[in-house]
Amino acid sequence: MEVRVANVRKEFDRFPALHDVSLDIKSGELIALLGPSGSGKTTLLRLIAGLERPTKGAIFFGDEDASQKSIQERNVGFVFQHYALFRHMTVADNIGFGLKVRHGSSRPPAQEIRRRASELLDLVQLSGLEKRYPAQLSGGQRQRVALARAMAIEPRVLLLDEPFGALDAQVRRELRRWLRDIHDATGHTTVFVTHDQEEALELADRVVVMSQGRIEQVGSADEIYDTPNSPFVYGFIGESSSLPVKVDNGDIWLADGPIGLSAAHAPSGEAMLYFRPHDVELVDGCSGCIAGTVAASRRVAGTRRVELEIGGERQRVEIELPVDHPAAQKSRVAFRPRRWKLFPAA
Amino acid sequence: MTTAPAQAGWRFRQPSVIPGFGLTLGFSLAYLTLIILIPLSGLVWRSAALGWTDFWAIVADRRTINALEISFGTAFAAAAVNVVFGTLVAWVLVRYRFPGRRIVDAMVDLPFALPTAVAGIALTTLYAPNGWIGKLLMPLGIKVAYTPLGIVIALVFIGLPFVVRTVQPIMEEIDREVEEAAATLGASRFQIITRILFPGLAPAIVTGFSLAFARGVGEYGSVIFIAGNLPFKSEIAPLLIVIRLEEYNYPAATAIAAIMLALSFLMLLVVNLVQSWSRKRYG
Repeated sequence: MEVRVANVRKEFDRFPALHDVSLDIKSGELIALLGPSGSGKTTLLRLIAGLERPTKGAIFFGDEDASQKSIQERNVGFVFQHYALFRHMTVADNIGFGLKVRHGSSRPPAQEIRRRASELLDLVQLSGLEKRYPAQLSGGQRQRVALARAMAIEPRVLLLDEPFGALDAQVRRELRRWLRDIHDATGHTTVFVTHDQEEALELADRVVVMSQGRIEQVGSADEIYDTPNSPFVYGFIGESSSLPVKVDNGDIWLADGPIGLSAAHAPSGEAMLYFRPHDVELVDGCSGCIAGTVAASRRVAGTRRVELEIGGERQRVEIELPVDHPAAQKSRVAFRPRRWKLFPAA
Repeated sequence: MTTAPAQAGWRFRQPSVIPGFGLTLGFSLAYLTLIILIPLSGLVWRSAALGWTDFWAIVADRRTINALEISFGTAFAAAAVNVVFGTLVAWVLVRYRFPGRRIVDAMVDLPFALPTAVAGIALTTLYAPNGWIGKLLMPLGIKVAYTPLGIVIALVFIGLPFVVRTVQPIMEEIDREVEEAAATLGASRFQIITRILFPGLAPAIVTGFSLAFARGVGEYGSVIFIAGNLPFKSEIAPLLIVIRLEEYNYPAATAIAAIMLALSFLMLLVVNLVQSWSRKRYG
């Protein structure tokens, strides 16, 4: 089922949580809403589910306007961060709940509901736990039950709100792979919210980066990482370093010297230069490069992080060097970013 | 959390590293003995001195049986009424924000603080055939004061805070997300209440019921004013005990007290068993 969010605005007590957000989600896609807390990602998810109503704008499921429908009619599967299982019901009853509350002929017979529940338990790899109560399961198992419960109603979209947020790192990684497998097997259109970029980049077909109630960028993991379109995305996804520079006639200048990079289409004036700390080349001697003195050096796993003080302003930037690189010991290091981007000075 | 295998025999739960287990347990036991166990065993002791046949003659007396029936019957009815309306009051207090909510919240506790005799007299004044409410009910043929119905009303008043105060905290803990989850699965508001909320509240409601019921069985002060105290009709067991005492008929008084004690203990035990069963199930 395609989902289209059209110019949605949401205010809580006059405080805007989402400003004019639009997003097209393709059928069968696994999409991640990624952003820091307060970015509006959970609000967007709850709007799609119908747990909140938009102040302005509409949400379409296919061609039909879902914003006119109640939560019950929307037929979405929602998975909460803290599972929200029904404590007084067995695992099987939890999974069958959505079918049992149906009315009249749309409710399958009890036997069919039971069969469906154990089928879904097989899918989430919890076969044989039908009779358990949620209190007798581990966190990871509970979240699997919650997912099975959401899928039991054949939802048109599957919405997951920080599904692995309450689990420890080991289980998270395991469930991440498992969720991808489930998605590939069932093909539900799935939207999940996370603040963990690794999770979003690894799992999702497309990532929606959000900040302060706005969508910053939508794209595949490669697009988001390699061509961030705003300083926020550059800073939020992966590591980044930045330097204030000047653009003059298409050449980039740092203080009083050009650094050997040219930006033909950039307007002259102040700008910020962004680059990845690991994506730099070291150069000898400095005619057209960035040079600085080593202020701090840290060993991080297989590489060495070096903090450089640049120019008279003592602007600090971080770059990464191979552990055995002699430059790491030298007090003066010169480099040039291999891949970089200019943004207008803030 | 997994279920522990059944333990062979029983032993004390492993005390924590924080010291004081021996001291606190000792103090609790001494305290309970002094305040509850000794007076109650005195009661059993005195009625045991009566001998079985005499004891049975007193207990099987028509008037005693009627008084016990009225006491337990009205207490049960009042507790049942309180379960419904106390839960409703708790719901309103927990779920809605309205001006004066704090005042209503405080008012719930008044029956705890008010001398029960005052409550009894006030209720009698209202429900007597010439009282404000009694006057309205009279033409409908409903007599409240000086009937068991009057006793029920007095006990409803006395027992209300027990239900509200046991249900309220549990209701506050209900996770909004559980309701939202049920709604996304297609459950209507009514289905959410009956299938999700109510089962979660049931243990608290049962506790509130048993507290209100126990309080109702033992209530004396408010009831004697509104009951009219007609033997065989509206005479409660605690009053019968007092009457026997005033006749210096101590054995009869202790015998009635002992049988009340036994019945109350039995009912509270059943309630407790039901609760521990449900706790084991739902964790």
